[in-house]
Amino acid sequence: MRTRLLLVAAGLAVLSAAACTAGTESAPAIPSAGSTPDQKPVTITMWHGFSADNELKAFDDALAGFKQKYPWITVKTTKAIQDDQIIQSARGGNPPDVAMSFTTDSVATFCKTGIFQDLKPFLAASKIDESIFPKVIAEYTQYQGNRCVMPMLADSYGLYYNKKLMKGEQPPKTLSELAALTKKLTVRAADGTIKVAGFVPHSQMYENAPIHTGTMVGAKWTNPDGTSAVASDPAWKQLMTWQKDLVDWFGYDKLEKFRKSMGDEWSADNPFMKGKVAMAIDGEWRNAMIAADAKDLDYGTAPIPVADDKPQLYGGGFIAGTVVGIPRGAKNPEAAWDLVKYLTTDTDAVVNLSNALRNVPSTLPALQSPKLDKDPNFQTFLDIFANPSSATLPAQLNSVFNQQTLQEAQIKWESGRAPDLDALLADVDKKINDKLKLTSGN
Amino acid sequence: MATTTLGRRGEAVPARLKGRHRVNLTALLYLSPWLVGFTVFFVYPLIATVYFSFQRYDLFTLEPVGLLNYKYFFQDGAAWTSIRNTLWLVVVMVPLRLLFALGVAQLVTKLKAGVGFFRTIFYLPSLVPLVAGTLGFVYLLNPGTGPVPTILSALGLPSPDWFGDPSWSKPGLTLLALWSVGDLMVIFLAALLDVPKQLYEAASLDGAGAWQQFYHVTLPVIRPVLTFAAVTGVIQTLQYFTQAMVAARVASGSTDSAGSVFTPGYPDQSTLTFPELLFQQGFRDFAMGYACVLALLLFAVSMIFTLVLLRQFRGLDEEAV
Repeated sequence: MRTRLLLVAAGLAVLSAAACTAGTESAPAIPSAGSTPDQKPVTITMWHGFSADNELKAFDDALAGFKQKYPWITVKTTKAIQDDQIIQSARGGNPPDVAMSFTTDSVATFCKTGIFQDLKPFLAASKIDESIFPKVIAEYTQYQGNRCVMPMLADSYGLYYNKKLMKGEQPPKTLSELAALTKKLTVRAADGTIKVAGFVPHSQMYENAPIHTGTMVGAKWTNPDGTSAVASDPAWKQLMTWQKDLVDWFGYDKLEKFRKSMGDEWSADNPFMKGKVAMAIDGEWRNAMIAADAKDLDYGTAPIPVADDKPQLYGGGFIAGTVVGIPRGAKNPEAAWDLVKYLTTDTDAVVNLSNALRNVPSTLPALQSPKLDKDPNFQTFLDIFANPSSATLPAQLNSVFNQQTLQEAQIKWESGRAPDLDALLADVDKKINDKLKLTSGN
Repeated sequence: MATTTLGRRGEAVPARLKGRHRVNLTALLYLSPWLVGFTVFFVYPLIATVYFSFQRYDLFTLEPVGLLNYKYFFQDGAAWTSIRNTLWLVVVMVPLRLLFALGVAQLVTKLKAGVGFFRTIFYLPSLVPLVAGTLGFVYLLNPGTGPVPTILSALGLPSPDWFGDPSWSKPGLTLLALWSVGDLMVIFLAALLDVPKQLYEAASLDGAGAWQQFYHVTLPVIRPVLTFAAVTGVIQTLQYFTQAMVAARVASGSTDSAGSVFTPGYPDQSTLTFPELLFQQGFRDFAMGYACVLALLLFAVSMIFTLVLLRQFRGLDEEAV
């Protein structure tokens, strides 16, 4: 009996140990410049997030270009992948050779836990000069010195304006100009209901999340030691005070009713495309959507307005993008690096993808390529991308939690349900710092 | 006469004992599929959850942190908000669902014609998938385009922003729960139809009115069904997730895109339930150690309610004997 108990206990111990260490082994990265043509033909797997027909075609074309350059490598793709699937595959020890993420929110986790391999040895072996990337990109592709992903195309954010609704006015450059123009262009019904909004100022509007609007005032998320800077940086208070003043001018309930009557952001019913909103913050991709679904819309683009006392910020905006890397445990890291290198540093490949998807190319040589399709409205976003005032949300642990915590505070403040802004921001700091301590011990 | 044989170490083993031993082994063999399943899917996960609750665990790396995860629970405002919300739903939504289902079932039993039609009409909403039903409800009550606020407005009546105002969001979810009460209604209907008619006749002859008949005849007979519905309702509500998540996402206008942050519990965490918080901590923030603390708490509370259920049934069985 005792022997049997011992056996059972040993079995449970083995099971426990197996669970505790599941996925913790680190696959050896092979720092190399990639595979060589004299190698045997190899097939690699790649997971990506594209799902729309035009995106899939553009990406297949890019892979066809890769096949021409690396004929011994065949790429098998899986579409519509999200971050949690990448994480589970790495944990299960059966990841793809290359994986792509549409959001930069997971980069800190990817790098810290080693879900994606450090690419610095590969970059060094391939002698790739990292100055081909704008400086801001380094902030969202590495964490604590570990560059575990590379940028594959980028997004930059600016102001779209409907020329007809602007009634001859020029796009605003400062927050006070934006507020004045919003009031001038807003059209209300007799009962005060909003028919056309000059600009919808609150944080719940589609792309008005704090990561995007924070660049209007140069707001900082973190202190050098990694703790929250939300309460201590007066820029957040400046932004939220400005937003609240304008929300109050509309009336929160009326603005919410107007917002909830709008169509889906990603459909042809987008309120800017439908002429319901005169000015809106949005990414460069909106140009392609307007071209597809609202051909007759007469519109222009400009950098987002900035705080009146910080005119030097004008011209910049928020930047983020798609990232791609080699998960740990990838079976063909050398060939995988060939693909990552091609998609992220080959100027023609980056330009072709940018032209097809109408995203901003993520290298400076691609930005200057004569092959890059440009028009005045798209050029605005290329300029924002290259502007030194542009900023991103640096890779950080609990990135989504931090953004959510600030946005919850913004909603409470805008709605008038929390009247003390200082106390609200101090509470945001506390929550973010407590969570940081929980997840990282810092 | 008992025969004896020699054991492994040479001791004498009675044949009767040996036979019992064989019977035990056979029983174990028959039980083994369940034992394996119970160990793999319950005992081991439970032990692992306790173990991980003392670790900082992000699915890849483990670091012992003592009681840190438990301490964080006491200072986590979202945890207490989610507990309050979940308790609100248990205290308000569950009794209302029971009362409404019982009322509808009672009505259907009194119908003289069209019983099948009305039974189907009341039952149908419970067949609608949770996500679809919630989407439909949020659309119906949308203050911008929803038919309900439009009609109320046309009548000159005010309409709240059901899923956008923190004081109306939980009542909104309760309305949704009442709409899909058909599953309970069918159970109650069966129980009501099982009440012996002669009991009502006897009560009527004794001069009992409708309320007295309900209180003294109907309720005692259907009590086991009511108890079952109440306790399973409480356990289901402790695990309330899908409707709250979908309603908050749709009402917030959040789209599942890069740069767009969804705030579960929208607005102001008023619909944040305990399972939602657990999911967020474990699978969004990868604070698995802390998620294990929350899971253990949920397990303990659910166990308490299960024990209450078992005790109630045992009490009823003894009464019946």
